[in-house]
Amino acid sequence: MSDGGQPAPEVILEAALLAAGTPLDLQQLQAVFGDDPPDRESLEAALARLETQLADRGVELARVAGGWRLQVPARCAPWVARLWEEKPARYSRAVLETLAIIAYRQPVTRAEIEAIRGVSPSTAIMQTLQSRGWIRVAGHRDSPGRPAVFATTRDFLDHFNLASLDELPTLTDHPEQENE
Amino acid sequence: MSIATVRGEPYEALPHDLYIPPDALEVFLETFEGPLDLLLYLIRRQNLDILDIPIARITDQYMRYVELMSDQRLALAAEYLVMAAMLAEIKARMLMPRTSSGDDEDDPDPRAELVRRLREYEQFRAAGEQIDQLPRVARDVFPAQASHSAPAVTRAAPAVALDELFEAFAAVMARADLSTHHAVRREALSVRERMSTTLARLQGERFVALTDLLDAREGRAGVVVTFLAVLELLKDALLEIVQAEAFAPLYLRARGGSEAGAAQA
Repeated sequence: MSDGGQPAPEVILEAALLAAGTPLDLQQLQAVFGDDPPDRESLEAALARLETQLADRGVELARVAGGWRLQVPARCAPWVARLWEEKPARYSRAVLETLAIIAYRQPVTRAEIEAIRGVSPSTAIMQTLQSRGWIRVAGHRDSPGRPAVFATTRDFLDHFNLASLDELPTLTDHPEQENE
Repeated sequence: MSIATVRGEPYEALPHDLYIPPDALEVFLETFEGPLDLLLYLIRRQNLDILDIPIARITDQYMRYVELMSDQRLALAAEYLVMAAMLAEIKARMLMPRTSSGDDEDDPDPRAELVRRLREYEQFRAAGEQIDQLPRVARDVFPAQASHSAPAVTRAAPAVALDELFEAFAAVMARADLSTHHAVRREALSVRERMSTTLARLQGERFVALTDLLDAREGRAGVVVTFLAVLELLKDALLEIVQAEAFAPLYLRARGGSEAGAAQA
């Protein structure tokens, strides 16, 4: 940033994030600057400037679990989606409910998922979620049968545009309770 | 003449929403995600108070749906029959005289457990819908990329010896104080998330020192969250903790993960 010929740090960050195409964390972004990396604070300040500069553009800076990512914002989705003929996959309620229980109650066993849903999650559901890379076997509980416990992955957070599990919507106590 | 009396109001006719065109029946019944979903549908459809379910009426309606499913020779999931048995049992217990002296702990409402399960399921049903509404990659947001010729560079994290970590731990709390003074903003830390990451770190490794899991950069709050996560995992029997002698370093290991964990990996 002191060199006359060097682009501003936010420009370098923008270029690096565009070139990477995947989320980069602070360490990876620092490494881009080579021998004279900016400290964490000035890097975050530069990211904040980049975010402001992109506010009205067709690309935005997003903070996800894997770090920072440049992405086409959701408000442009209706137009961008026309580039692809196939509609993105819709997931069944069974898949979404199972995913929600794993996300909020992890690490959980299949039996615990069954206790909440009233039906056992089918092998197909668990395979769908695992092959998408959203859940994984996090370990085995030391109880009879040594059941596997499931947890969500970083890919899950990245895919749903979340920086951490704390950003999940709050569980509402009575979602449909009518006002009386 | 009324066929039933519900909370003081006479009902003259059967609920209309029981009639379903025969062709639509199979599709309709398949939309239920299980017995709890079906029960919630019956309760919400009639605007009934979930805390005061008219159990006899709901049981009758539920049984009628189950019979319809049997008539259609749908493969009736065993869970539906288990729920039918549970409803019948609650109905029977509701008929038993209850002591009016009113000690709730000795004489709980037979419906309490069912109500708890219904509300918990409803909570996660809503959570599933909310997750579906989150911006999603390739549906709502699209990672941006520009073409470039330079190959991707990965930088390997430096290896750290185990004995160095124990020394580092002595300074963790002090340094945690220092770094919180300089923190720009505090990062929100989730115990649940930390439980998963901790468990992941312990997979495949024999033993990991407790100090290895603590990161001074996260500050005091981070150390506390990790500690809470370890306690939760111990309580869930997912971890075990060992110590060679008094005041020796504490080591953690994933329980029973050694063989199966290797197979998964």
